[in-house]
Amino acid sequence: MDAIRVSHLTKRYGDVLAVDDIDFAAPVGATLGLLGGNGAGKTTTIAMLLGLLVPTAGTISVLGHDMARDRFTALARMNFSSPYVSLPQRLTVAQNLRVYGHLYDVPRLAQRIGELADELDLRELLDRPAGQLSAGQKTRVALAKALINRPELLLLDEPTASLDPDTGDWVRTWLERYRAESGCTILLASHNMSEVERLCSHVLMLKRGRIVDRGSPQELLERYDRDDMEEVFLDIARDRRGAQAHANA
Amino acid sequence: MRSSARRIWGMLYRHLALYRHSWPRVLELAYWPVLQMCIWGFTARFLTARMGSGAALAGATLLGGVLLWEVALRSQMGVAISFLEELWSRNLGHVFVSPLRPWELVAALIGMSIIRMLAGVLPAILIAWAMYAYNLFALGPVLVLFFANLMIMGWWVALAVVSLILRHGAGAEALAWSVLFGLTPFSAVFYPVSVLPRAAQPLAWALPSAHVFEGMRGILLNGVVRWDHLAAAFALNVVWLLAAAALFARQFHQARVRGALLSIGE
Repeated sequence: MDAIRVSHLTKRYGDVLAVDDIDFAAPVGATLGLLGGNGAGKTTTIAMLLGLLVPTAGTISVLGHDMARDRFTALARMNFSSPYVSLPQRLTVAQNLRVYGHLYDVPRLAQRIGELADELDLRELLDRPAGQLSAGQKTRVALAKALINRPELLLLDEPTASLDPDTGDWVRTWLERYRAESGCTILLASHNMSEVERLCSHVLMLKRGRIVDRGSPQELLERYDRDDMEEVFLDIARDRRGAQAHANA
Repeated sequence: MRSSARRIWGMLYRHLALYRHSWPRVLELAYWPVLQMCIWGFTARFLTARMGSGAALAGATLLGGVLLWEVALRSQMGVAISFLEELWSRNLGHVFVSPLRPWELVAALIGMSIIRMLAGVLPAILIAWAMYAYNLFALGPVLVLFFANLMIMGWWVALAVVSLILRHGAGAEALAWSVLFGLTPFSAVFYPVSVLPRAAQPLAWALPSAHVFEGMRGILLNGVVRWDHLAAAFALNVVWLLAAAALFARQFHQARVRGALLSIGE
């Protein structure tokens, strides 16, 4: 079964085609990477998956629910984290988690917050206002918010943006372990190619709203005859070494 | 239903927690109603001292008008500013990707509006009683119906304001403070509708507030409860509330089409 199934998805803003007739699926338990330069259509695609944006055409099915008709049932089973969407800064970490615990109707909320505090090393931060945390601490709190409802599908928009290498590595290790233990599906948009190589079982390369290539990181490395995903990304972004042929195919 | 109640409570808890951490926000709730009451209370006292018992009655209608109009103002701001708090904290993205339904968000905003209105208006009512010997509750049980009508009017005006914010972004946020003040002249708060120019009177009668204040003057000046005005106020509120809800639903959908929920803070 697929956790995400997208068919002929299109989003047009006036004359601008932000997402152009894309199809993809993410099997349950997979970690799917959504890659592309700025303006490639990653954020627009994620926004449509989350129901924040109505597609111009196409269908989205999340965990078996049609997002056009039944998005609230799907939203209760998924969650989202992005460094570009804040949590209320004046509320403490515990209060923020309580708010989202209520919004997601989490049973035994106090116990769940305690579990997350232990897993993400947040115990000492629970009574601190969210606005007074460092970037790394904020990322851990954002992850706790995203996991409050034990989501079956987790959408992460650049989860390690602006983190130092040590904290970034801690987050990646934690996500690997969490996915293995929970079996949840992860959709990850990132500009960090080593992160994608390490976490993703499957990758979609977007450019100007279209999927120009797809496959596992290993398949893409072999296809472009490169040693790392950074070079693959540049090949596609700059139409080098047959990338255009793949795009046309 | 239980899940809905919990989500509504989640949003209420979010705002109550915000007030717990911000005394200037708490102070602001009562500041303007209390200030208004002090200014108009002293004015009424001055008029009574100079002009005798006739002016005392005028002073009573003045103070009643000030207090009741604050009910509408605080209710409207309670909804609109609570929505703006989400916008200012850049939290709307998280709220709208949660299972919270739009009607649940509106219910939570209305709940906050009731709390904010009571926190603002009750101190002003107490000051009117303590400093000027004016007891608003002397209007009798019908006062509850006046309150209800003015609160509902505040809600539908606020829903229209929130719809405009969804359409035009934060650029429309000044309306949260100003729009109901613009309706004050037509609401006949301090004078009867008959004082207005004939061309403006149909507009006044289309507002529930004009009927409420005519009803208030009916009690204070003639000792008569004007049920016809109360019925008109309720009927108009139903019509305006339905229109504002339809506008909100349409603008919310349009915001999802345009992608405005992603960039509404700008």
